[in-house]
Amino acid sequence: MRTVVPVDETAEETPSTVTLRFRYAPEAVPGQFVMLWMPGDDELPMSLSYTEGASKGVTVKAMGDTSRKVLSLRRGALIGVRGPYGHGFDLTPRRVLVVAGGSGAAVLAPAAELASRRGSRLTVALGATTDSELLFAGRFRAMDAEVVIATDDGSAGEHGFVTAPAARLLEERPFDAVWTCGPEVMMAKVAQSARARGVPAFCSVERHMKCALGMCDACALGPYHVCLEGPVFEAERLFAETEFGRFHRDASGRRQPG
Amino acid sequence: MAELAVQLAGLELRNPFVLASGIWGESGVSLAGAWKAGAGAVVTKSIGSSPRPGYPNPTIESYDRWGMLNAMGLPNPGIEEYPKEIAAAIESGATVVGSVFGGSPEEFATLAERMAATGVAAVELNLSCPHAEGYGTEVGGTPEAVGEIVRAVCRSVRIPVIAKITPNSVDPAALAVAAERAGARAVSAINTVRGLAIDVHLRRPVLAHGLGGLSGPAIKPVGLAVVWQIAAQVSIPVIGIGGVTTAQDALEYLMAGATAVQVGTAVAFEGVSIFGRLARDLSTLLDQLRLPSVAASVGAARAGAGAPRASATGR
Repeated sequence: MRTVVPVDETAEETPSTVTLRFRYAPEAVPGQFVMLWMPGDDELPMSLSYTEGASKGVTVKAMGDTSRKVLSLRRGALIGVRGPYGHGFDLTPRRVLVVAGGSGAAVLAPAAELASRRGSRLTVALGATTDSELLFAGRFRAMDAEVVIATDDGSAGEHGFVTAPAARLLEERPFDAVWTCGPEVMMAKVAQSARARGVPAFCSVERHMKCALGMCDACALGPYHVCLEGPVFEAERLFAETEFGRFHRDASGRRQPG
Repeated sequence: MAELAVQLAGLELRNPFVLASGIWGESGVSLAGAWKAGAGAVVTKSIGSSPRPGYPNPTIESYDRWGMLNAMGLPNPGIEEYPKEIAAAIESGATVVGSVFGGSPEEFATLAERMAATGVAAVELNLSCPHAEGYGTEVGGTPEAVGEIVRAVCRSVRIPVIAKITPNSVDPAALAVAAERAGARAVSAINTVRGLAIDVHLRRPVLAHGLGGLSGPAIKPVGLAVVWQIAAQVSIPVIGIGGVTTAQDALEYLMAGATAVQVGTAVAFEGVSIFGRLARDLSTLLDQLRLPSVAASVGAARAGAGAPRASATGR
């Protein structure tokens, strides 16, 4: 069920983020994820940052040991891929506000690209800790979207979290949907701003994942499993039915705050 | 309409389809979900004395619709934390069986006692995980060891004790006999069959742990054989496990001598809605075969080298 393929290409997107491109034919919807195996190391869920055609891609931020090792992969290195799994974004809304925090832009860029080509009007609020960590600003600008930047340290765009311009944009103009990915507290905040304006928000949620087949329960989130019903959820369902924004489970299944 | 409810070790199950341990059992809300979907009872993930992350990924290899190889490594939040989860399952009204794993009779007894305190209807002892050092098959591989553990647990709890037996033994039935003698009220069989997957491009085992356990339709004949042998040698009920995906699979186990079955891997094929479907399909199948109840089908394949018994012909 795994396909072992060589890494075709690597690209350093930011000092802490790398994109791997590889040939993997199965069709994917933006928002879906693959299980990416580094032989000899862990296998991790990764949302696709390039979903179209046979050349797929993931964009990885150095977080744990394994993602750090992913960053050191070179062209020709063999990786295992299975999937794509889960549900992606509904690309039909016409006026979409995209709110990306840090590496969250990885999953939102392909969704925005496809929706934009199909005629949706995109407004992007892109946030990062600092200027050099802004991910895919070029990709968003290339799709004829209005891009608003915010950095925690003020080195580019507005000074502060991306939740502020997101809330302001929601007050200023009408949207049919909000798509967001980033730290969970950020997504929860964005979703609350959207709810205040009556706009449905869709969040790409991350949970510890093992089987990705709806069996092991590692990614249980309320009555859902992120690998099956997610990773993209409508925020109202998350708030009403799950622990979203309050706790997640570690590899043992223990509840951890945040 | 054939009667689906069964009595098992003092428990009343609304149907014979039980969610197997390890599937959907880390979160109490998930267990409640399996119950609401129609399971006759639900078994928790195997819980140990302390939190355990399990093995690194890859923990699973799947083979289309015929099998699944896993080495999860007994991940669980530990008995301290788990009551938090189990509460949601019990509140839903589910019949919950608490699975525990230990490395010694004393550890099993302590865990079972604490599990019983959460309000579960029974405990199932994991004497059969094939891939965890110091646990499972390694402590439940001989009749003597099984007897010792079951005896210790039976002294510490009042609720029914179910022993889950390994197929990775020369004589699984002897393990069941030992469990019965030590006081077990039922035995579950089988756990996964030890297996291995190799990737030829990478020239290495696929699972991070190397060895794993095979589940799913591929192991149904193995499970049936073990249940067949066990049922001939014990008088306590047997819970058949291994590859149950259809009502007919379940009926095969029942006719081999099982009183109920557990369903695991098939949940990956079609979600927990499988429980509602299995119950409906079994009811139809029993009607077609003129069997009035699940109970009437139990052991139906055993009498006189398989000749239908009076109760099996419907009269």
